[in-house]
Amino acid sequence: MTTASSATPAVSRIPLISSLETLRGTRRDDEVIITTMGSAREWMALGDPHPLDLVLVPSAMGHGTSIGLGIALAQPTKRVIVCSGDGSLLMNLGSLASIVAARASNLVVIVFDNGVYEVTGQQPTAGAAASRPDGRAADFCGIARACGFDSVHAFSDAASWLHGARKALDTTGPTFISLNVEPVVGGTAPHSPGPTAVRAKQLMEALRR
Amino acid sequence: MHGVIYATASPTRQSCEVFSGEQIASLLADAGVTHVITVPDSTIGRWESAIERRVRLVRVCREGEAWQVAAGLHLGGATPVVMIQCTGLFESGDALRNALHDWSIPVFSIIGYRSYLDQAKLPGDTCLVFTEPILDAWKIDYRLITSPLQLDVIRDHLLSCRQANKAGAALIAE
Repeated sequence: MTTASSATPAVSRIPLISSLETLRGTRRDDEVIITTMGSAREWMALGDPHPLDLVLVPSAMGHGTSIGLGIALAQPTKRVIVCSGDGSLLMNLGSLASIVAARASNLVVIVFDNGVYEVTGQQPTAGAAASRPDGRAADFCGIARACGFDSVHAFSDAASWLHGARKALDTTGPTFISLNVEPVVGGTAPHSPGPTAVRAKQLMEALRR
Repeated sequence: MHGVIYATASPTRQSCEVFSGEQIASLLADAGVTHVITVPDSTIGRWESAIERRVRLVRVCREGEAWQVAAGLHLGGATPVVMIQCTGLFESGDALRNALHDWSIPVFSIIGYRSYLDQAKLPGDTCLVFTEPILDAWKIDYRLITSPLQLDVIRDHLLSCRQANKAGAALIAE
């Protein structure tokens, strides 16, 4: 797929596929990775699924962080990495406060911030610079800090993310990582990779091992 | 038969609190519940401290979160229960649809039924109109609990839903 510059071209952005390749490359074998919407679509395109992948398709609006919190609480020895879009996170901002309250130190939230609802045709989110009177995008890192995340990281270029990803993921959490990514032109909603009941059972078995 | 005859406003119903926190906490702990995910109301909120002594309490900001946190806990091998008010059930639609029906996660819930017993506080409260039809619409098998003598009904329903690997609810009159 081709990519386009965002509504705020001055901001440096990482190609979405490249940001996910970095995550895939640095992922440890015992880490759970939850993907939603655009990140799910591109994640599936990168190769065979890992037993601890949860491709959250179909999903409820913005609830990747919530299901990730549940898995993290049930499996405190495993790091759980949730890949959320900025539009999704805006739908469930309260989950950031819930994550901190629950002391989910093994949970990492990565927001792939492209400023738009990509799969519905790239309409700007309410948090995007293009939507706001002062032209400044909502500060997700600031929101995360205000909710109590101590470990907060932001990356706007592929090289920095490549070099800093593992260190950021390894910080004591809950951890929040903001990635400025490019919207994918023509990016559509992801297709379900298979029957949910089967995938849920497979994930439960993999988590028990 | 539960879930067919819906509540109707009746000013003759008396205000009362059906269960103590200790009763609910014991029921949940004895049934092997590991986590209670909750947004309180003025009745079920009073149970929190007792529950917290026996079961891990997870406080969320809005009720839709609760169903998805419970789904994650279930996938991770825990045994969660969602505890919210019926107004929060109304808010929860997409989240519970996805967890209970898209993913077939058998989450059990305890739902406070506002204004069923006490209709003096909010006369004409539309919770009486919508709560049971909405539970039916979401295909949640529920038991309406209106008496302190029905603690066993909650326990039996929770355990039978778990055995059948399906979602269920106890609708607690408030």
